[in-house]
Formats: sequence, structure tokens, C-alpha cells
Amino acid sequence: MNMVDARDRGGPRQPLLTVEGLRKYFPLRNALGTVSAHVQAVDDISFTVAKGETLGVVGESGCGKSTTARLLMHLIERDAGSLLLDGDPVGSGGVSVRDLRRQVQMVFQDSYASLNPRHTAVAEIAFGLRVIGHRRAEAEAQARQTLRLVGLDPDQFAGRYPHEMSGGQRQRVNIARGLALNPRLLILDEAVSALDKSVQAQVLNLIEELKQRLNLTYLFISHDLNVVHYVSDRVLVMYLGKIVEIGPVDEIWRNAAHPYTRALFSSRLSMNPADRVVAPPLTGDPPSPVNPPSGCRFRTRCALAEPICAAVEPSLLAAGADAAHAAACHAVQAGSGHSLAGGMTHAA
Amino acid sequence: MTEIAVLPATAHTPARRPPQRGYWRNVLKRFLRDRIGLVCLMVLLAIALAAIFAPLLAPADPYRTSMIRRLIAPGEKGYLLGTDELGRDMLSRLLYGGRVSLSMGIAPIVLSTMIGGGLGVIAGYFGRHINMMIMRVIDVFYAFPSVLLAVAMAGVLGSGILNSLISLTLVFIPPIARVAESVTTQVRNQDFVEAARATGAGSARIIIEHVLANVTGPILTYASSLVSVSIIISSGLSFLGLGASPPTADWGLMLNTLRQAVYVAPVNAVLPGVMIFLTSVSFNLVSDSLRTAMDVRA
Repeated sequence: MNMVDARDRGGPRQPLLTVEGLRKYFPLRNALGTVSAHVQAVDDISFTVAKGETLGVVGESGCGKSTTARLLMHLIERDAGSLLLDGDPVGSGGVSVRDLRRQVQMVFQDSYASLNPRHTAVAEIAFGLRVIGHRRAEAEAQARQTLRLVGLDPDQFAGRYPHEMSGGQRQRVNIARGLALNPRLLILDEAVSALDKSVQAQVLNLIEELKQRLNLTYLFISHDLNVVHYVSDRVLVMYLGKIVEIGPVDEIWRNAAHPYTRALFSSRLSMNPADRVVAPPLTGDPPSPVNPPSGCRFRTRCALAEPICAAVEPSLLAAGADAAHAAACHAVQAGSGHSLAGGMTHAA
Repeated sequence: MTEIAVLPATAHTPARRPPQRGYWRNVLKRFLRDRIGLVCLMVLLAIALAAIFAPLLAPADPYRTSMIRRLIAPGEKGYLLGTDELGRDMLSRLLYGGRVSLSMGIAPIVLSTMIGGGLGVIAGYFGRHINMMIMRVIDVFYAFPSVLLAVAMAGVLGSGILNSLISLTLVFIPPIARVAESVTTQVRNQDFVEAARATGAGSARIIIEHVLANVTGPILTYASSLVSVSIIISSGLSFLGLGASPPTADWGLMLNTLRQAVYVAPVNAVLPGVMIFLTSVSFNLVSDSLRTAMDVRA
């Protein structure tokens, strides 16, 4: 079923989305309106999303996951960095923001707030189609098809308002709205987090089936590690606006390299009573993104922190046997100067 | 590839629902269930119809004076509501006066809702500098007490119905703009507006299709509650001699001229006030019911 997409340019090996040095600082203004500080929401992150994969993004709330999603959608302007969509730069000269939005769509977390309370399901889905130039009747016919695609009978649901649907049904309408423009990349920002468990499973299965049928690529943002494990091919772990670890999902689940990732996993409840939590869980809140710690941003909560961690910011380097696995931690980078790191063989 | 299972109809929803009622149909249905609102609406309609058909309903010429028939008490020899200090038929004058007073209640509000509402929605939607520019100017006007502002404006522009309409419109732009701005800011920050932007839609389209539908309700409710205020202020302007000028029949003006006769013919003197009271209270209660009816989730 993996037919070649007509919009595919670089072939399967070229990443669908390449993000380089993406940065967003939100200015904080004092009473006089002058900028007094910046919230470093996303600070210099780089990653790629391969065609047809699901890249999971995990991290605590406030770590920049949603800001990243909004930056990718151009809903907020980035301060620095570049986006390449299938090899073409987004913005100046390459892909226009308009085209980007046809190829990248987003599903929001709050299924209620993300649907207009005065629009019926079909009107909501058809809106995007009318924006790109379809006539109303045509757009609504297509919207009804999309409703069927997400498992909602159009005869029953097309005319419903958001308050007349359940959370799961609303989230299906949200997914349908995202799919109506026939995107290549769908960003799911905590798309199932607000649903109860049984509905969550249904929607996750729907998401999986749609991916196969429509040849989609997902960026799946969630704080629920089990859900991320279930849907993702690769996982990206964020902490305070930085990527701390990235790699294939099973590799990260087995051999998490970064202390933060390990702390995240230790906070996960296990089904096996023999699995006792050994490492102490993370305590306290993350430091303020207005004034993040020097060097490694995690050092203030890290059990392995040493002077080198405050002095030098670790870069994202290969960790472990798998070449696709990388972590930003001095303790696992040989030659970093950290006492737990190995010899000087492949120094940074 | 397996077909994605279509969600079955749940037990409490019939397999095929009747076509959906629109939002405003729902509001109407809920409004009709509200007794107080309905009664007040009837009162308003009666007053409005009486004012519109005043030439047909009035038993006498509202401008014909008679020195020998001054201040006749209500109910005496053919004068249902008596006569005023110049012997003019009160009932006829009240009917004709309703025309001026009602239009001075409604017209300024309609105008200021369009202007103030528009400014508020633009300020709320675009935010930042545009919001600053619009709302700070609005705030300057807002800082004056509305009656004082109306009196000052009418004083500057001179007396007359048109001038008091202009000054009343200016008085009501700031509060309506404030309300419009705050509801728009709320709506604008919701995810569905962001989702609409994500489709690549332009601001005008988003405002018209997504924002307006969600802000007109609160704005209209607020505006309708101001109609009574407008009637009272316009009556006040007339009372002070800045609005309608004699011998025009206007409730505020009538109240002013009959004031001297309050000891001789108290009932006559109070009648225009009763009409102002009745109209403004009805408008207030109707707008209250409207607000309740428009709250979808209640």
C-alpha cells in the first residue's frame, strides 16, 4: 500500500522534515513594555523526521514540545534556525508557508477548544478545503468522506456541534480536519492525552490505521511514555527547550543513556511487581526557562552532576551501540571530562 | 487493508437524527420558555407598536394647546390620561413621545455596536500594537462618566435630536468596544482559531467565519442592556434642554416641563417617567433572558 507520493521529491532516504538550529525565545516585558528577559522555550534544536516514520516527542510540561509543534506549523515565528520540507527550505525562496500548511497539519490536545462551538463537524472540516479554493458544496462532500475515513458515519455526525459529541468523537473530527487537506506530515500534539483509556486506545488504533492507508508521517507529542512506545518508531526526549536524547524507541526503552530519560522511565508505573523503582525519582520543578542553568540544563536535578556539567554544555552525540541513538550528557561521552565517562578515544 | 469500523450509534441517539437545529433556533426556543423575558418582550412590542402607529391611535393632536383645559386629571371627560401644563392631551403626547424616546434608545446603540463592536473585535483579534492604539483611545473616552460625556458632547454640538444622537453614539462606543475586545481576546486564544490559521486562512476570513459567530452573542446581549441607559440619558439630555426641544413630544422633555406641576397634578407629572421606567426595565430584563438563552452549555 506504500505507493509513491506525487509530492515526494528526494526519495525515501531524504527526510520529510529537517529541523536545524530551531530557536524560539519569548520576550518578557516589564510594565513599561521594554523586554526584560526571555523565556527560552526552544533553544537550538535539530532533528529530522524520516518519511513514513512516527517520531515521538516526550518531556515534562513546559519543556518546549508544543512550542516546537507550533514552530513547525509556522503558527509562531521562529527566531533562528531552518526548516527543510523534503529538502526544500521553508520560507525564503523554497516552500511557501502556504504550501507548508497544506503538507503539514496539526491535531490539538483539547478536542473541545480546538473545534469552533458554532460550527458543525462538516463545516469545521470543510473550512480548510474552502480556504484552498474549493466551493462549499464540493468541500462539504469531501469533508463527509473524510468523516467516514476517521470512523464517523457522516449521516449521523456531519451536522453535529462539538457539544453534541463525546471527547473521542470530537478528537476524530479534529483528526479529520487535519487530514482533509491531505497532508504528508501530521503533528499530533497530545492528541490522545485528554481521552479516557478505552477511547484513547480506539483513537490510537485509528491513528495507526490511517498512517498505513494514507502513507502519513507523524510527529507524535505526548507525555505518556506507554502511548509513545506504542506508536513511535523513534523517540525524541526534550528537557527545558533542548533535546537531551533521541533514538529508536526500543533502544531508548532498553538503554536510555541520559539521566533525565532514565528518571522519566523510573516514574512510569510497571505492571511487574518485581520491577522495583531503584533510582530515586526526580524531585522539584524544572528550573525556569527564563534563566536556565549554565552548561547542562539538567544538572540541577541530576544525580550525576559534576563541575564539568556546569561549565560545558553537552552536545548531542552518539550514545550506545545503535548509530541512530544520541544523547546530550557528559557522563556517557568518552573524553568529556566527566568521571563516569570512558577514556579519551572519541573525544567530542 | 481493513475498513475502519464506523462508530455504531449509541443507545440514546437514534440511528438517524433529524437535521440539526441551528444555534439561533436553539436560542429562540430557550428564550420562549422564559416567562419574564417573554412578558417584557410583549411590553416592549406594545410600546413600539403604539409609538409606530401613534397617528392612528392618538385621540387628539399632541400639539394643540388649550389654556382652559390645563392639567386635567387622568380619566376626566374624554382625556384618558389627562392633559399637560399647556392643555395638550397626555395620551397623544406619550404615544408620539415614544417615537423619539425609543429611537433615541435604539439608534445610538445600533450605531455604536457597529462602530465599537468592530473596533473591539479588530483590537482583540490582532492584539499587540493595534490593540494598544485602539483601546488606549477608547480608554480616554471611557474615563469620563457617560452622562457627563453625553452632556459635554451635546453641549459642544448644540441641542437637537440629531446632535444628541451623535453624542449618545460616542458615549456608547467605549463600553461596547471594551466588551467586544475582551470576548474577542478570549476567543482568539482558543485552539480552533489556531487550527483555522493552520489551514492558511487569512485574518479577514477567520474573523468572519470563526470569531464573529462566537462574539456577536455576548456583544449583542451587552448592547441590548444599554438601550435602557440610552433612553434614560437621552431623556436626561432633553430634560436639560440639550436634546429634543419644545414643543416636540419626548418623554424626557415632558418630564422636565411637567415638573413644575408636580404638586398640582402629580399623576400627570409622573406619567412620562413611568413610560421611561417601563421601557428601560423591559429592555434590561429582555437582555437578561437573552443572555441566559444564549448560554449553550447551561
